[in-house]
Order: sequence, then structure tokens, then C-alpha cells
Amino acid sequence: MAIYLDHQASTPTDPRVVDAMLPWFTERVGNPHAEQHSFGRQAAAAIDHARQAIAALIGCHAAEIVLTAGATESNALALRGAAWAARQYGRDHVVALTTEHASVLKQLEALASEGARVSRVPVGRSGLVDLDRLAETVDERTALVSVMAAHNEIGVIQPLADIGALCRARGALFHTDAAQAFGKMALDVDAMAIDLLSLSGHKIYGPMGIGALYVRRKPAVRLTPLLVGGGQQRGLRAGTVPTPLAVGLGEAAAIAAAEREAEARRLAGLTDRLLARLRRQLGALYVNGDMDRRLPGSLNLLIPGVPAEDLMEAVPDLAISTGAACQSADGRPSAALLAIGLRPAEADCSIRIGLGRFTTVADVDTAARRLGDAVAVLIEDERRAAE
Amino acid sequence: MSNLPVYLDYNATAPLRPAAKAAMVDAFDRIGNPSSVHRFGRDARRLIEDARRDVARLAGARPEEVVFTSGGTEANAMALRCAGCQTVLASAIEHDSVLQSAAPDGGDAPLPATADGEVDLAVLERRLANAPAPALLSVMAVNNETGVVQPIADVVAIARRYGAIVHCDAVQGAGKLPLDFAASDLDLMSLSAHKLGGPHGVGALIVREGVRMASLLRGGGQERRRRAGTENVAGIAGFAAAARAAMDELPEARRLAALRDRLEAELRRICPTAVVYGANALRVANTTCVAMPGVPAETQVIAFDLAGIAVSAGSACSSGKVTASHVLQAMGAAPEQAGQAIRASLGWATAPADVDRFVDAWAQLYRRTAGHRDLAGAA
Repeated sequence: MAIYLDHQASTPTDPRVVDAMLPWFTERVGNPHAEQHSFGRQAAAAIDHARQAIAALIGCHAAEIVLTAGATESNALALRGAAWAARQYGRDHVVALTTEHASVLKQLEALASEGARVSRVPVGRSGLVDLDRLAETVDERTALVSVMAAHNEIGVIQPLADIGALCRARGALFHTDAAQAFGKMALDVDAMAIDLLSLSGHKIYGPMGIGALYVRRKPAVRLTPLLVGGGQQRGLRAGTVPTPLAVGLGEAAAIAAAEREAEARRLAGLTDRLLARLRRQLGALYVNGDMDRRLPGSLNLLIPGVPAEDLMEAVPDLAISTGAACQSADGRPSAALLAIGLRPAEADCSIRIGLGRFTTVADVDTAARRLGDAVAVLIEDERRAAE
Repeated sequence: MSNLPVYLDYNATAPLRPAAKAAMVDAFDRIGNPSSVHRFGRDARRLIEDARRDVARLAGARPEEVVFTSGGTEANAMALRCAGCQTVLASAIEHDSVLQSAAPDGGDAPLPATADGEVDLAVLERRLANAPAPALLSVMAVNNETGVVQPIADVVAIARRYGAIVHCDAVQGAGKLPLDFAASDLDLMSLSAHKLGGPHGVGALIVREGVRMASLLRGGGQERRRRAGTENVAGIAGFAAAARAAMDELPEARRLAALRDRLEAELRRICPTAVVYGANALRVANTTCVAMPGVPAETQVIAFDLAGIAVSAGSACSSGKVTASHVLQAMGAAPEQAGQAIRASLGWATAPADVDRFVDAWAQLYRRTAGHRDLAGAA
């Protein structure tokens, strides 16, 4: 049986989410923006309900949730939308960490080519932001600071409240890409002084093709929209909102709210168990990124001398990865691992493991055994080849 | 009379086809990011590439030319903003997502339409001749409000004389007419799944091989680096299933045309002065846009809603508010008359009884409001 341990790339859709979506896929039809007729009004009410469930998880108002096609679009709207709008009041500087997701880093490149000042703040081996360095970088012309809440590859959680306070003091907006963090750790946009927050459906057992951007209303964050047209979502994002997907994201958020704390404890226990077994079987093993400040279930492991590509090939029934899925086709070592200071050879020997809601103790034990056996064979092959 | 709701707003969104639902339910049971290299990811990738072939067939394009997006609005935004053109000319009857992407700051004035609801080709050629190059021309395949089929072959022929890129918003054309992207010599074409019985939240931009496009969404290397973001696997599978069903049903157009023509004949019998917009032009089979003399569109839509019939006034985008249709204005309709026009649009699940219900409700409302007209006539 194949075991899925790549929950950072995508999570299975929770059957409860599918059940919540299904009625909206057939029995009810209606464009939620056609509020002149009852079909449309029912759809609009369901979307409002979903917005409330999303808002409840981050302590904001439902009206502050803009639904998008996913976290990539949310990040694009946050970065470009805020940067374009900020130029009108003289702020032309955008700051992010070197370890941000490609959807943030590529938008920074685009902004730089359009004349914005862009700073990429380096981080050390822990993967955690250096607050002093960030403070030196943010100035009175900084429009926006973007920091990923919990990292998609190494799983480390940034000190969001500290970053938020720093940004607030300088009058810069604070955007966080919370695609991995949303629904899995406590987030509070007021306590953390977050102005913009990106999230994704398919990272929290909801559907693909939907995400959201939280946009603070008080004080109002000004954004230039990316998609224009029908005037939907207060003009911030044109396009018909996909009712079933919105309902699915709302249900996923509601489930996460109810189960998050117990699930986090369970996943932390499973992670410890996996790590203990791997340490026993593999010998040399390093965890990339800070060990303590990390998302439960998320591990990035350096196994010296064992190329990750070879290891993955040796365990075809174990779905693990070498890093972000959307970068996996290019065969290059993980940019994030290089950014935290790993040498290319070390990055090449690092694997990412992501446990999730449906991962069992048996899965973890089987995974540890398969990995242990495979590593033993690979090291033995290596030794023979060297002789 | 049945109280079952009657849905005649297919141009806003079509009910999901059973085949599309089945494809999505199947996809929701799968796990995995299609960019992942493990077997779960490869299975998801296969689903997307199979779907790409079906959508390519719907458009008459090659699979490599299909870029999946989150819908028609995103496809239009990408087409208009990412082709790197100096001039963007769109017809005045385009969807708002085209008009606003074409001229976010008021830019070039839109191209006028004729009284019959077609883009004015003479003006188009004149404007194109004087526009700074490179220019992009955006004309829809079928108008969403009137159903008028636009003269795309003529538009392309003119564009070629001036070296312009041509984009066609075919959101309302797909599934209603056969599309042939390759033969039509278009450069870009937008599609939306939910207008043809697929799911909301997925669409495509067809990009002719060799047309250089920047990306609107950047990040991961998805869609051959043309559109970043994890693909909506289930949505794409649903889109493909709907595309297959819609293509199989293209002959259905004859059935819908007969229903629509009967509907219009009945309304004219009840009220000989009722105006049908675009009636003199070539129209798709499913759409009618008709003004009831003396009764504001909003009143009609509410009355139909109370009778359990969903139709629309203007287009459904801007959350609830009914404004005078820019399409009818562009056709030179008198503002008062344009404000009395509603659109009924039929589709794959529309039965003759639905049309009867609509005609009855229309007749009742017309008679009930006769007093207003008499007063207005006397004044």
C-alpha cells in the first residue's frame, strides 16, 4: 500500500468537505452574483457562511476575506496590489525573506522590473527571521513586508507578532503567506498585526482551485486589483466566485477550527515517533531548520551521503518529496535549503516529509522501516562502489 | 401548474452536467499535487493532461496551446495584459472583464457596435489603421446578452492586414457553436467551464504556439511556466467532462433554436411591439433579449423570481445591482427601452414546459401592467 507523506504539497480532500460541496454541485444552481433571483441569493448566503468560517480561524471579519483561485493568486494580489497602490503615497520598497515561496519571489522580480525597490532578507540555518536584520531593512518608504508564516519546505514558524509589531511601527504593511499555517496553528491577525494573509484550500483538506486573501479593513489596506471586470468582491477580485469550492473551503476551515489543537498534538506525537525511529535506524540524520518552532507533522531531513532522488526511487510506495512540488520538475536542489545555508550536496541529500490528518501510527512505523531499509541498501551500494 | 423552479439564466451559469459532477467526485477521491513526482502526483498529472486534450478539442486547438486558468475573467485578464501590446482595442459589447482589463485607466475607447449587435468592422479597421503597434484586438465570439454571433473571420482578416494580435472571448460561444481555433487563425481565445455545464472556478486561455505571453500569476512552473499555481485537478476534470458532453450535444442547438423561436413568437403575439434585440443578426440558439414595453427590467426580474423563474437583466456580475446594459447602449438602443430588456437563456436541461411557464408569466405580467402603459400613453 502506498503511503502519502507529502501533505505540504497537497492534502487529500476530507470526505466531510466533499459531502458539504456535493449539494452545490447539482441540486442548487445559480450565479452567486445574480442576486435578483433566489438561486443566486442562496449561493451568496452559502459563500458568506464560508467566509465567516475562514474569518473565525484568523480572528477577522468575514467581509475582510477575498476569495481567490488559490494561494499563488492571493500572493500576487497582496504583493502587486499593495505595491502598486502604495506608489500613490510614496512607498516604493518591498521586503521579503530569501526563503519565501516561488509565488512571492517571482512577484518580487516582476515588481523590481517595474521599478520597485526590493530587498530580500537572508536567514540562517534555523530558517527563522533575524529580527535585527529585518529592522535594518524596513524603512519609512517600505510599502510591504512579506514573510511566510510556516515554511512549506522546512516547516519552521516565524515570530509573526514580532514581525507585525516591527512593520506597524514603521508604517509598512505586513503580509504573510499562511498557505501551510492556516488551520494548523493559532493565527490572530490583530494580535500579530497582520494586514494581508494568504491561504489555500488544498493545503487544509479542502478543494484545489480556491484560496483567499485576508485584507484588513481597519485601517483599510488599499489594493489595486489583479482581476477586473464584474465588480465582484467589492471590486478587489472580479470573476464569478465558485460556490461549491467556497463552501468546501469554509467547511475545511470549520473542521480545522474544531480539531486543530487535538490534531496538532497527535501530529507532534507522530512526528516525534517517526524521528526517533529514523534516528535509531539511520544513524547520521539532521533536521533542517529550527526543531522547536515548527509546524507539527512537517520534517525536512538531511541524510548525509544518501541522495534524495535515489532514496525516493528506492521507496516508490512512499510519497515523500525533495521540496516544493511546483519546483520539483527542474531537478535543481531546493532554493530554500540553499538559502538557509546548506551546501548543494547537503540540499541534494535532504527529503521533506509531511504527515497529515489521515496518517496513522502504522503508516509512520512502515515509513520508518522502508526508509531505514532503503538507506541501508543505498549506503551499502555506495560502500561497495567505493571499494 | 408546477412550482418547480425554472432556470433560464444559462448565460450567467449553466447547471452542472452529471458527467462533470461524476468526474469531479472521482477526482476528489484522489490525493496529490500534479507537480509532485511520486505516483500520486503522476496520477493527478495524467488526469490533467487527458483533460487538456478534451478542452483542446472543444476549442479546435492543440493540447499544448491550452493554459488552464481559474475562469474566463482570469483568461481575459491574461490575454489583454500579458501579450505586451501597445494598443488594446476591444469592442463596446465585450464582457466587463475584457473592457476593464483593456482600459484600466480609461485608455482606448471601445469599438462601437451596429444596431444589430455586431462589432462595427468599418470603424474597427479605421481605428486599427491609426493605432500604435503592436496592437491587440479583442472581440467576443458570441455576445452574452443578445446572443449575437460576432464576425470573427472578418475581424481576423482585418487584424492580419495590420499585424495585430487577435483575442476572442469565446466564453459564450463554447458549447453553443463549433469552435475552430486553428482554422480561424486566432491568437488567443478564452473559455469558461461553468458556462457550458462544467464547474465554477476553472477556464482556459488558448495561446497559439509562438505567441509570446508574460504571466499574470507567477511562481511555480505549472502550465509550461505560463500560469503558476497548483492546478484545480477536480475542476479541470469536470471541465473536460462538460466539454465532451457539450460537443456531443452541439446538434442540440436545433432543439434550443426551436424553443427560443417559439418563445419569441409567443411574446410577439402577446405584445406585437415587444423588441427582441439582435433579432436581425445571426444569433446562437439559446439566447433571447427582449424588452417588455413600459415595464422596468428590475420589476420583471422580481416578478419572474416570485413565479419561480430565473432570468436576468443585463449581466449578472456586479453583485445584484441592475444597471442599464452597456451592450444595448452600444447598439444604440433608446435608454428607456434598454431598461426594459431582460435576457432569457436556455440550455441543456431546458424543457418545452419551462418555456411555457416563462411565456405564461410574461403574459400575466404584461397584462397586469397594462394600466401603467395606458397612463403613460395618455400623458
